[in-house]
Amino acid sequence: VDEFRDGALARALLDEIARTVTRPWRIMEVCGGQTHTIVREGIDTLLPDGVEYIHGPGCPVCVTPLETIDRALAIARTPGTVFASFGDMLRVPGSQGSLLDAKAAGADVRIVYSPLDAVAIAERERGKRVCFFAVGFETTAPANAMAVLEARRRGLSNFSVLAAHVLVPPAIEAVLGEPDRRVDGFLAAGHVCTVMGTSEYVPLAARWRVPIVVTGFEPLDILEGTLMVLRQLEEGRAEVENQYARSVREGGAPAARRAVEAVFEVAPRKWRGMGEIPRSGLRLRGPYADMDADRVFGTGAIEVEEPPECRQAEVLTGRIKPFECAEFGTRCTPERPLGAAMVSAEGACSAYFRYGRGPSGAALPMARRQSPAAAAGGAP
Amino acid sequence: VSAAAEGPSCPVGISRGETVILGHGSGGRLSAELLERVFLPRLAGDALGRLEDAATLRVGGGTIALTTDAFVVTPRVFPGGDLGSLAVHGTVNDLAMVGARARYLAASFILEEGLPLEELDRLVESMARAAREAGVEVAAGDTKVVGRGAGDGCYITTTGVGEIARPSRAPISVSSVRPGDAILVSGPIGLHGIAILSCREGLGFEAEVASDSAALWPLVDALLDAAGDGLRALRDPTRGGLASALCEIAAASRLAIEVEDAAVPVPRAVRAACEMLGLDPFYVANEGKLVAAVAPEAAEDALFALRSHPLGIDAARIGTALAPREGRGEAGLVTARTRSGGRRVVQKLPGEQLPRIC
Repeated sequence: VDEFRDGALARALLDEIARTVTRPWRIMEVCGGQTHTIVREGIDTLLPDGVEYIHGPGCPVCVTPLETIDRALAIARTPGTVFASFGDMLRVPGSQGSLLDAKAAGADVRIVYSPLDAVAIAERERGKRVCFFAVGFETTAPANAMAVLEARRRGLSNFSVLAAHVLVPPAIEAVLGEPDRRVDGFLAAGHVCTVMGTSEYVPLAARWRVPIVVTGFEPLDILEGTLMVLRQLEEGRAEVENQYARSVREGGAPAARRAVEAVFEVAPRKWRGMGEIPRSGLRLRGPYADMDADRVFGTGAIEVEEPPECRQAEVLTGRIKPFECAEFGTRCTPERPLGAAMVSAEGACSAYFRYGRGPSGAALPMARRQSPAAAAGGAP
Repeated sequence: VSAAAEGPSCPVGISRGETVILGHGSGGRLSAELLERVFLPRLAGDALGRLEDAATLRVGGGTIALTTDAFVVTPRVFPGGDLGSLAVHGTVNDLAMVGARARYLAASFILEEGLPLEELDRLVESMARAAREAGVEVAAGDTKVVGRGAGDGCYITTTGVGEIARPSRAPISVSSVRPGDAILVSGPIGLHGIAILSCREGLGFEAEVASDSAALWPLVDALLDAAGDGLRALRDPTRGGLASALCEIAAASRLAIEVEDAAVPVPRAVRAACEMLGLDPFYVANEGKLVAAVAPEAAEDALFALRSHPLGIDAARIGTALAPREGRGEAGLVTARTRSGGRRVVQKLPGEQLPRIC
């Protein structure tokens, strides 16, 4: 029954959007989870002509620089090491293969669903060094901080984290500061604000005269958030509004913020395709530096250039749509990705590929959706 | 120059250093690729090349159905079933998908040194019960023992021989679906895969979800009676889930399929678990469901027959086969109408690595 109710509500919101809009607008949904909802549901194809979603950089896996992947691979290949990671980092290509390739070649790479699982492995297997790949936005930082605190509490000296955390507001600011700014309004990521609150966005909206609506992830959330941004744009307002009030409070979640504060400090951070952004990452504070995997494994010096054949930097900043890349669906598939955006659960390329999305909302041509064997150059 | 031109024995060049990865066992795109690159060029005759769930073969004066399946699920005991019962259901269901009633099974056990005999006994007892209930006799078998560390406790392979139940009717085949045919599913999807995931350590959720593992022959028998020659194709959406089953039907029959998201039965607990784990229920395995393509005039009767059986109470019509043409009717294309009124393409599972579920 709720499916049909949802359908009727979606139609009502779409009608209201159509009544509200008088001119073209470009809205960036920051979070890759929202991108997936939009493409999966075909929401972008239902908006009035000229209203466009620009997919944002909100995919932590995608913006993790190649050198961090290479550091992860170097750690995973170190004998006597267990490398624990969330599943969607495993297929991200480094300079030489992925963590999945390393696993197939004998490295002890394990998928965990929570960083505390990695702590439990470290406790069970004291003779091994256990490294957890701490990737994510403000949403996963509290759990990762808890894992560090828990490892310390249990006195585990064989546990470390490869920290690759990124923060959302500095990325929004970087997008706004581009000389050819192409974004009129933002859907901010609801779950990030559940942790951090909404106050960080107020100065951003004021300084850059841009509406920011904190928005959830369900299709109806996206439609309502979009309507709220469009109303602000049409009325000339630039405010922070909260569509996701059922989960987000102004101050966020204080206990979670305290755990993050205790373990991590804000640091400059390199974003794949966007370069270094000041104050946009988290690193371990001094008292926990002995759990910094780069120190434990001596991988801090690994630096590499991004591969030129992957255009995900342009995708992640909204300059091109995935299907406009010549490699998309041909040389670059989920099985043989050229870049992280094709394999991350939040990557825009992965959304367009999974849901077979080609130009103008049409299905991708079969030639770009066929089996990977055929795409690799052979005939079945 | 395509790799195919370089020699008939290896259609897609295998490069040095390539290894088998877990995704090759996903039942999705990589599994299909492994078939295309390694197995079919070397092994395929007429029967294997048709890629049905079971082969139908002329033997002596009659027609039999033949299939085989290996079971490596972990954990070996899960809510709603275990490795023993699954090894029976999986194989008798593959036979049922070509309209065959399972008669005989052969079973091979690969046992790892150290497996408690009590556990093995319980698995075999469960296997015997499932076989009895499915009306199939275990007629041949083999056991091998490997050293500790060379296997994961117990693997079972079952091979089934079945009897085509209505030999005079048109063959049930994934390649015989026609435009306008109704696409039915026999009940809620995703239960088996989520039941398996729910009992793995560290997952942090306890879904009240039991596997749907069951023998499907009674449902197929009822469908054959109700829909007659209107029953065109059957597929059990196991590994790779509903999406892969639909894609295989569309590709084999060279037509398009459109389904309605809102019509596909997904239990609340499955939906919630999928959201938490970042999975799509369309790709989650089932072990007691079937997808049927039925002629439009027989669709009502077929649905009624399914719903009249305890295994098919929640059966639903989820979509329609469409003639291949330009745009969304392209041959092999599966699309879904979303709840918001949009449309998306439904692909075979792209290289996801899922844990061992069957």
